[in-house]
Amino acid sequence: MNLMLVIAAREFKTLFLSPLAWTILAILQFILAFLFLTQVENFTMLQPQLATMDNAPSLTDITVTPLFGNAGIILLLVTPLLTMRLICEERRNKTLTLLLSAPLSNAEIIIGKYLGSLGLFALIVGLITLMPLSLLIGGTLDFGKLVANLLALSLLVSAFASIGLFMSCVASNPTIAAMGAFGSLFVLWILDWSAGLADKHSELLAYLSILRHFQNIQSGLINTADISYFLLFISLFLLLSIRRLDKEQL
Amino acid sequence: MTTLIKAEQLTRYYGKHCAVNQLSFSLAKGQILGFLGANGAGKTTTLQMLCGNLAPTSGEIQVNGFDMLKQAKLAKRSLGYVPDTPPLYKELSVNEFLRYCAQLHGVPKADIPAAVKLAETRCGLTDVADRLIANLSKGYQQRIGIAQAIVHNPDVIILDEPTVGLDPLQIIEIRNLIRELGRNHGVIFSTHILSEVQELCTDVLIIRQGACVLNARIDALPAEKSLEAIFIELMQAGDL
Repeated sequence: MNLMLVIAAREFKTLFLSPLAWTILAILQFILAFLFLTQVENFTMLQPQLATMDNAPSLTDITVTPLFGNAGIILLLVTPLLTMRLICEERRNKTLTLLLSAPLSNAEIIIGKYLGSLGLFALIVGLITLMPLSLLIGGTLDFGKLVANLLALSLLVSAFASIGLFMSCVASNPTIAAMGAFGSLFVLWILDWSAGLADKHSELLAYLSILRHFQNIQSGLINTADISYFLLFISLFLLLSIRRLDKEQL
Repeated sequence: MTTLIKAEQLTRYYGKHCAVNQLSFSLAKGQILGFLGANGAGKTTTLQMLCGNLAPTSGEIQVNGFDMLKQAKLAKRSLGYVPDTPPLYKELSVNEFLRYCAQLHGVPKADIPAAVKLAETRCGLTDVADRLIANLSKGYQQRIGIAQAIVHNPDVIILDEPTVGLDPLQIIEIRNLIRELGRNHGVIFSTHILSEVQELCTDVLIIRQGACVLNARIDALPAEKSLEAIFIELMQAGDL
């Protein structure tokens, strides 16, 4: 347990030793702030109409939900870049030997690495959450919905990171790991589209689509089925990563 | 003498290719075992198996009485391994890196600064302790590789060609270090330099195509023959 946290802390610090994490944080924040601003503008324009409507969407519906939705899409592009080097680079630089010769189980190595990368994602999600919180200066927020959005995005990113980690275990080179992670995430994202075709409706594909579960939680419907989807997803890819590392020693 | 490493009938296949074949040997405290063999004889594979980086196809390894397969964590606690390419995080400083290695090997938090300092002193790294590993020369990087393996004061130290690519002065320094380590630890190191073995080691193990062809004490070897002559004789014997 302890050693797992040692690896996690090292991984987290290492991310910030290269310009990659800083650059991604800065660009992400800039793009999302811009999108957030547009949503807030939208709200101020719509406000007179909203005042006359019954059951009108609230400030939270108009600003927070799209912000977290956009963040999900952008993180789909960014996560593979942050996870691609996790195991892959250790293997290329021959530093994996250090971890394999230390008194550590492969599960500790994988989970440690995973937790380290989650640290960065927690930071990203935290920074994104600061934006809607700034609205409190002049308005009120539906905190239930905000928490639901926060939960949805956190689960989504954790799932992204687990696939990224697995691809990094499999691939021999970080670019391939990034491409593999991006490809599989994108397929999982768009599975829902084909499920939407009226005559080819498939319950299975709809269930597998990561987008649908994300949107369910985002809308405030916190359902065990959706949460277990993400937890199963994460455990599956962590398990596969551990197996993959085991196999390397055989 | 306490037996630190006991390898029995070690065999390793890569697909159909047999890299190590029924290799058995042991190492006791105070022994320095020189591990010789031509390129591709299976030296690195054997060392990787000893360190738990690679599982043997069959056979058994015991380190300090712990089985490498069944009690890997306990067995690895007593091991320090310097692979042929030293495993270094180049973006860290020497101090940071060694602290991390000590943590990974479960050195208690309070003992870490002293352990790091001792390893740095023994490997002559005190002057560069705060510099980034990426900016140091190959000789220094090799020494950090060794420091990394001794920071947790293991009983057994395994070095894979530790003197490759170093200048003559550095080679002498590393040899002195190995000799010093050999007093209180068990040391196994592989090399191509026969004079190195003759000078440093108490024991020699020669393998050819993964199988043991000589396992003897250096002082038990016939005095009239040089190790080089013996080595060449053994290598040629197989070609006929």
